[in-house]
Amino acid sequence: MFGKLTWQAIPWDQPIPLVAGSVVVLIVLAVLAWVVIKGYLPYLWREWITSVDHKRIGVMYTLLGAVMLLRGFIDAIMMRSQQAAAFRAAGYLPPEHYDQIFSAHGTIMIFFAAMPIVIGLMNFAVPLQLGVRDVAFPTLNSTSFWLTATGALLVNISLVIGEFARTGWLVYPPLSGLPYSPGVGVDYYLWALLISGVGTLMTGINFVTTILKIRAPGMSYLRMTIFCWTALAANLLIVAAFPILTATLAMLALDRYLDFHFFTNEAGGNMMMFINLIWAWGHPEVYILVLPAFGIFSEVISTFSGKPLFNYRSMVAATMFICLVSYMVWLHHFFTMGAGANVNAFFGISTSIIAVGTGVKIYNWLFTMYGGRIRFTTPMLWSIGFLVTFVIGGMTGVLLAVPPADFLLHNSLFLVAHFHNVIIGGVLFAAFAGITYWFPKAFGFKLDEGWGKIAFWLSLIGFYVVFMPLYVAGLLGMTRRLQHYDVAAWRPWVLVAGIGIIIMICAAACQVVQFVVSIRRRDELRDETGDPWDGRSLEWATASPPPPFNFAVLPDVRGEEPYWEIKRRAIETQQLSAEPKYEPIEMPRNSPTGFITAFFCTMTGFALIWHIWWMVGLGIVAAYAVFVWFAWRDVTEYSIPAEEVARFDRARRQAREQWLAQHAGQPA
Amino acid sequence: MRGGVGTVKQLPDSRSAVVTRPLQRHAVPCRMSAALIALLSVSGCSGGVLDAQGPIGAADAKILLNAVGIMLVIVVPTIIAILAFGWWFRASNTRARYRPEFVYSGGIEVVVWGIPTLVIMFLGGVIWIGSHDLDPFKPISSPDKPTEVQVVSLDWKWLFIYPDQGVASVNELAVPAGIPVHFSLTSASVMNMFFVPQLGSMIATMNGMVTQLHLAADKPGEFYGQSAQFSGDGFSDMNFILRAVPQDGFAQWIATARQSGSALDRTSYLALCQQSSNVRPFTYRTVDASLFNAVVNQQLPPCPGPNIEGPGATVRPRLER
Repeated sequence: MFGKLTWQAIPWDQPIPLVAGSVVVLIVLAVLAWVVIKGYLPYLWREWITSVDHKRIGVMYTLLGAVMLLRGFIDAIMMRSQQAAAFRAAGYLPPEHYDQIFSAHGTIMIFFAAMPIVIGLMNFAVPLQLGVRDVAFPTLNSTSFWLTATGALLVNISLVIGEFARTGWLVYPPLSGLPYSPGVGVDYYLWALLISGVGTLMTGINFVTTILKIRAPGMSYLRMTIFCWTALAANLLIVAAFPILTATLAMLALDRYLDFHFFTNEAGGNMMMFINLIWAWGHPEVYILVLPAFGIFSEVISTFSGKPLFNYRSMVAATMFICLVSYMVWLHHFFTMGAGANVNAFFGISTSIIAVGTGVKIYNWLFTMYGGRIRFTTPMLWSIGFLVTFVIGGMTGVLLAVPPADFLLHNSLFLVAHFHNVIIGGVLFAAFAGITYWFPKAFGFKLDEGWGKIAFWLSLIGFYVVFMPLYVAGLLGMTRRLQHYDVAAWRPWVLVAGIGIIIMICAAACQVVQFVVSIRRRDELRDETGDPWDGRSLEWATASPPPPFNFAVLPDVRGEEPYWEIKRRAIETQQLSAEPKYEPIEMPRNSPTGFITAFFCTMTGFALIWHIWWMVGLGIVAAYAVFVWFAWRDVTEYSIPAEEVARFDRARRQAREQWLAQHAGQPA
Repeated sequence: MRGGVGTVKQLPDSRSAVVTRPLQRHAVPCRMSAALIALLSVSGCSGGVLDAQGPIGAADAKILLNAVGIMLVIVVPTIIAILAFGWWFRASNTRARYRPEFVYSGGIEVVVWGIPTLVIMFLGGVIWIGSHDLDPFKPISSPDKPTEVQVVSLDWKWLFIYPDQGVASVNELAVPAGIPVHFSLTSASVMNMFFVPQLGSMIATMNGMVTQLHLAADKPGEFYGQSAQFSGDGFSDMNFILRAVPQDGFAQWIATARQSGSALDRTSYLALCQQSSNVRPFTYRTVDASLFNAVVNQQLPPCPGPNIEGPGATVRPRLER
């Protein structure tokens, strides 16, 4: 009846996962109970769960990413403390548990923390910056989000029921094959990523279509913000790369479920094929994360330097250059697999060529600051922290692209330090910069700057104290994923990294405090004008938070910095543009399709993991039925009357009139 | 901090009359590299990959440090410029000139595309030459005939077969110092990576395939070796000591090995094949000459995984700690 699932699947004999799992379950139940008792359920259902509004979906994506970031961070704390304790000792985590933790850490951080935050920020900001009302396929967007949530849920279920993969986050065969990983851990990994991967692919299609086809009047390609350009590049990469991931993992699933031999040791399988394929997705994935991060920094640095972005077209060229070249470098992840000198040399050189594009970007940001009037707000601090940190991470990256150097450093803690250097210094700093930057737009009040700055400084210091010693440990020959070790020379560096993680814990606590304090002080921090940072692009041209339809009238774009020009015109002429003629606006109706589909996909995934075949069938049929039911709908949109649009826009214009009065006589 | 990873202790006879023949690829680190090595040694880097004890490791480390040096030339000024521009152009600095119209400069554009391109072209040359010179498959040119060692990674221990001498050892690798060693490597089960940090390049071991690696130790000594590719629950104990011994010491080691231990044939191989970890080093008196090829050609089946029944959380191989 329940396949392989028995009571034995719950780790009764292991206190750590059992207690951790119970606490998580209790917290989730408590939150649900609170929501139900307070009567918030209808509101949540109507306004969030079934919402197809790109801003709401963006917020939910970011929230999911933030929660999973905490989960992945707890894994990191456990790994650092285990290694600090496990010198000539067993530590407190046995190998079979430790191996799950580092596998889950990598999987969660990339797929369920970094990706949702980056996609969330794109969801929130791209349509606003393009000056449009929504993405191309709003219901698909909602479905994408809920499928991502399905993957995150499956990974977290593995904490309590069964186990997670013990193979590392990219499940290299043959270790991940059935003979060497007979448990359900790899199956959790496979189905979580196969299901959420479909969601990510749909996001890619959605955003490529949106950016190519739906832009405000006058918004030509070379008037889009750099964030929109990087979003376009990242989503082109998603469309091309995620099918590779899905196909690769599907082949591994066939190996495990139906005795195929794509990657097995026997019967003609070849594990090198898996490693090539997974990195053919894996390296573009790096740029899927970091290109939007570059976009965020471009917006932030330009805004807070009070200048347009330096060499805008060069920035666009560098973005698309990186987008293209990122497909030609995957082999640098396994120079040590013995491919031969010509192949290694080719991929070493192609990898270092990417640094040209990144270098151009760094210098353009540098010269954006040159001659600027820099305001050191929290987002700007994250950006400057990024510039310095990323230059170091880029240097160690190019170093690892030199095959003879990689022969010494591959899979060492040097490598671990390198990719954390670029992912924390690049993607995570961008996430925090972006969240702080767009938070007032999303919720109508700013985040507390004081706590934000403390969080920044602690994160920056904590990052260096954790990862600089790991560079040294790597140079000393310490390899990654060690549950315990005997070499005395490594120990001091591992201990310093352990101290660093304590600083990081303080930083994370400050982030949480920042949100709590800001929510309590929201009336003082309120943004009335819709333009709290003196912004330059279109998202600041509407109210904070924006109405469901974003803009009362679609903006008429005449340059690279449309909102800056609108403001300058207003100050020069000492009046706002004439009140437009308001018309009713058609908006897509909310739909529970995404949520219900994802519910049945979760069921299918769980059933596949535990071989509960009847439930697999039920889940697939039900998910398909939801799709058919959605496709059969008669009414797709609802209309917002012109009076309501007018009422909203007049209130906003009133706030802008006050702003204009304050700025009377000032040059823009 | 000497004596950490590698040179645990010099062997007593290390000063005896071993003629360490100069190897042609023995690299003399350039001045910049030497300075950096000195700097890093002070900070406790001895015993690691920069404290190379053989020609391959020295050449790898030299390229590593040269590449760092080349990049520091632009990285350091860039970081200084970031901090300097950020500080000088702060909004509160009334002496800094606000130039919002400074948004394009053809000259700067040429420089920011040109300089990184030139650096990468230079580095590309280093990569191309280094990849070819230090290809792990490429033999070390030396008048001596290299010592042949066949390596099989097992769950979770290393098997070293000496085909010319007809002995084998587990988790212990003795090689003559000053003479190149030619490793042929494969895996009995999952992927691993053979790595002796102080001797240089690592290489993957994979079932059904053979990789090649050429290393040499300059002087006698004991060097820490490990797997650099995660291979399952017993991975952390997949270590071994590489003992580089004088040539007569090596002959002696072989002679001792021949007199003790059991024979490594297909039957005892299948017993060794079972998952176990933290295995103490031991030797085999004789070895089936066709064993390595039988593993590679899969005449011997890949070694089994955990021996368990049932699902999920009950999967726990026993560890003999």
